[in-house]
Amino acid sequence: MSDRDIKKATTQVNQNEGLIMEKSSPGKKGYKLPPLDVPAVNISKMLGDLERRDDIAAELPEVSEIEIIRHFTRISTWNYAVDYGMYPLGSCTMKYNARINEVVARLDGLAGAHPYQPEKLSQGAMKILQLLSECLIEITGMDAITLQPAAGAHGELTGVLLVRAYLESQGNPRKKILIPDSAHGTNPATAAIAGYAVENLKSNQKGMIDLNALEKQVTEDIAALMLTNPSTIGVYESDIHHIAGILHRKGALLYMDGANMNALCGKTQPGKNGVDVMHLNLHKTFSTPHGGGGPGSGPVACKKILEPFLPTPVVIEKSDGTLGFDYNRPKSIGRVRAFYGNFGMHVRALAYILANGPDGLRQTTEDAVLNANYIRKKLEGIYELPYKTQTLHEVVFNDRIQQRKGVKTGDIAKRLIDYGFHSYTVSFPLIVPGALMIEPTESESKEELDLFIDAMKAIAKEAEDEPDTVLNAPHTTRISRLDEVRAARQPILRWKKQAKYAAE
Amino acid sequence: MLREIGVRSIDDLFAPIPPDAQVKGGLNIPRQMAESEILDYFRQRASENALGYSSFLGAGAYNHYRPVVIDSLISRGEFFTAYTPYQPEISQGTLQSIFEFQTMICELTGMEVANASMYDGSTAATESVMMADRITGRTGAVVARSVHPEYREVLATYAKNQGMSIAEVGYQENGRADLSELEEAITDKTSCVLIQSPNFFGTLEDVAAVADIAHKKGALLVVAIAEAVSLGIVRPPVEADVVAMEAQSFGVPVGFGGPYAGVIATKEKFVRQIPGRLVGETVDRQGRRGFVLTLSTREQHIRREKATSNICTNQALIALMATIFMTVYGREGIRELAQQNLAKAAYAAEEFGRKGKVLFSGAPRFNEFVVQTKEEPRAINDRLLERKIVGGFPLKKFYPELGNAALWCCTELTTRAAIDAAAKEVA
Repeated sequence: MSDRDIKKATTQVNQNEGLIMEKSSPGKKGYKLPPLDVPAVNISKMLGDLERRDDIAAELPEVSEIEIIRHFTRISTWNYAVDYGMYPLGSCTMKYNARINEVVARLDGLAGAHPYQPEKLSQGAMKILQLLSECLIEITGMDAITLQPAAGAHGELTGVLLVRAYLESQGNPRKKILIPDSAHGTNPATAAIAGYAVENLKSNQKGMIDLNALEKQVTEDIAALMLTNPSTIGVYESDIHHIAGILHRKGALLYMDGANMNALCGKTQPGKNGVDVMHLNLHKTFSTPHGGGGPGSGPVACKKILEPFLPTPVVIEKSDGTLGFDYNRPKSIGRVRAFYGNFGMHVRALAYILANGPDGLRQTTEDAVLNANYIRKKLEGIYELPYKTQTLHEVVFNDRIQQRKGVKTGDIAKRLIDYGFHSYTVSFPLIVPGALMIEPTESESKEELDLFIDAMKAIAKEAEDEPDTVLNAPHTTRISRLDEVRAARQPILRWKKQAKYAAE
Repeated sequence: MLREIGVRSIDDLFAPIPPDAQVKGGLNIPRQMAESEILDYFRQRASENALGYSSFLGAGAYNHYRPVVIDSLISRGEFFTAYTPYQPEISQGTLQSIFEFQTMICELTGMEVANASMYDGSTAATESVMMADRITGRTGAVVARSVHPEYREVLATYAKNQGMSIAEVGYQENGRADLSELEEAITDKTSCVLIQSPNFFGTLEDVAAVADIAHKKGALLVVAIAEAVSLGIVRPPVEADVVAMEAQSFGVPVGFGGPYAGVIATKEKFVRQIPGRLVGETVDRQGRRGFVLTLSTREQHIRREKATSNICTNQALIALMATIFMTVYGREGIRELAQQNLAKAAYAAEEFGRKGKVLFSGAPRFNEFVVQTKEEPRAINDRLLERKIVGGFPLKKFYPELGNAALWCCTELTTRAAIDAAAKEVA
């Protein structure tokens, strides 16, 4: 490798930093409470045996404020982030997280609102829920929505429970959910938790739903098909109308996993193309930050026939014109979470929608699809493209060419780190062995895309000329590849104080 | 770019979507706004909510002071604009902070292992019951009615489709779960008993006694904790098999109900049945300490329909808030903080008790208490609103048998002046 090939990344001084517990010493303080303005109480008299005594004190670290700031700042620099550059994780939609969203979510009247404060003092929050609901209903082309689910998988569960409740009301909840082999792992796990057996549906050679196979597999036992559209290889199911028709004729419903809605937002409305129920990932399509793995938010939009079953409560307009929560919903599937969902994420998603408007949302989708197709064109041939079908917002290559020298997708992903990028999604979807799943999103400029493409080309060349460089990557990170087998065989899931004493 | 791709227009890229399925004329949503307009829109909405009120609301969402370093640190793009740490070499910040979180949660709860977090307390409690089912091979839970009503509602939603029977048991005069009723309800099909401590009324349950009863019949004990600050001064539920905790009290805004972070903590022997993400320590090729997501063979992306749960995400950024909060207060501070909560609520209960009737005084409580009044709580609360005070949470909806009763909460932020002012209106 030549350093000239690595255009985006450079080296910098990185700080070593132990665990915060290892910095603790008695007497250090990072807090100050105001003086108590009520009489102090006799704790042992009040709590008796239930008092937490010194022999089982919670050994939380004792450190000063600057140590706290430095500790978390130092360890933060060991993360890659969207703020550093392109984060091409396929299916994750790692787009820019606008700062205005963070500012408005922290406004006192919103962040400080108690979920049980009187409705007349919650009108602002409820207007936000209402406007976001209206926007998402329009974007999806559906009739009704719940914002309660806390994440995508939670939305899936809510959606499948809606299907179940509806079918039950028709006399038979049925037994199985059909899931394509290209689906996210959450789909089958969700179906199982909702009490359904999973039946696998094989994709055809184009990576799409095989209508003939579907026709045969849809029986009176099938409750629904869970369809990701575009699929995990980025292909839009052009026949979605027919797919819905096949299901509907047998009394089954069409569930759409909206994980890839960033390819459709403002261009097509799934509800108008046969979809009965779907979830959205606000942390993907609607730019709420991923936060290192949450919080997310997974609203579920549905058709009128499913509306009576939505979780309680729902926001309604009362006779006096104010908004309120309606808990009186006898057919509801019940609650899936305490309170009303991840409201802070609802605020951010609405801010994103308002910052875009109808034209902005459409252009965002167009740019995301343009970027993905640009990468596809530039890397096709250098990496093998297993499915030639036209794709939208993401592109999936495989590592067959590189495997000739023993280099696998996981190695290429690690090498990409040295070039200053986060890895793409490795080894998913399962229908593409050795997959490299790349989703650039609309956030990337042509300059950043070109840097990425150059990096991928350089790595392909390395894989050919000097495979060890790729096999041993990353070379520039603070730590090298970690022993995951050891982590699983001898799990150490917490730090223990004894270890420190032993070391001293 | 279009030229390089080899298409004439952007429309060519959307050719797979049939023309009649494409949106014509733009979506019917508000027009695009400038940043200043967005700020203005949300400021207006914020001003239509309660602002500048003293509040006595708790009931699962607690108004504790949030040290400013929390937002300062979690606003670093490295934390909030990163994804799940699947590439450990460039995610050590997130991974180490979760490992610290797991460690501190174990310290507080008296458990041996804790996961990287769940959606919230209600789903953590529900998933804990499902976990008990897997461990015991039984399918049914005995649940105290003194568990947060909305947690119980979530459990009911999940239980319904898994053939899980839920038996609810009442509470005694002192507000604690009724032990004899509880003992009777446990059958050889019961996988666990679910209680909450402090319970929904603020009363501390006798965890050891409940554990004895459950264990004698081969059932596990799951203890939910909605008010985590209590652990600074209340003995942790070490007799429990699983602790399902809501971490919102640790530096997370009440935020109209979310996002919060649930946690599941348990004994080491149950670790392979725990749902959600776990971070473990390991070494790199040079033997240096590092952290990775581990034991993922439990999870949906590997096990698909046989996974321990369908949960994919955790609440990493919220868990980070909690980690920073626990670090700011530390060993001494968490105790001092809990003491202040205890003292404020004790003072308030005494003041309110002069005119109203404080229920459940036969057992210790933390920072919440139930006051029964002659008057409707809503009428009292309406008067209090005029004095810029949000009164207690009326209990009629969930516990009609308690009559005119409300659940009041005091934290370190509740001033004596507010307590005195509110006490005057309680009758």
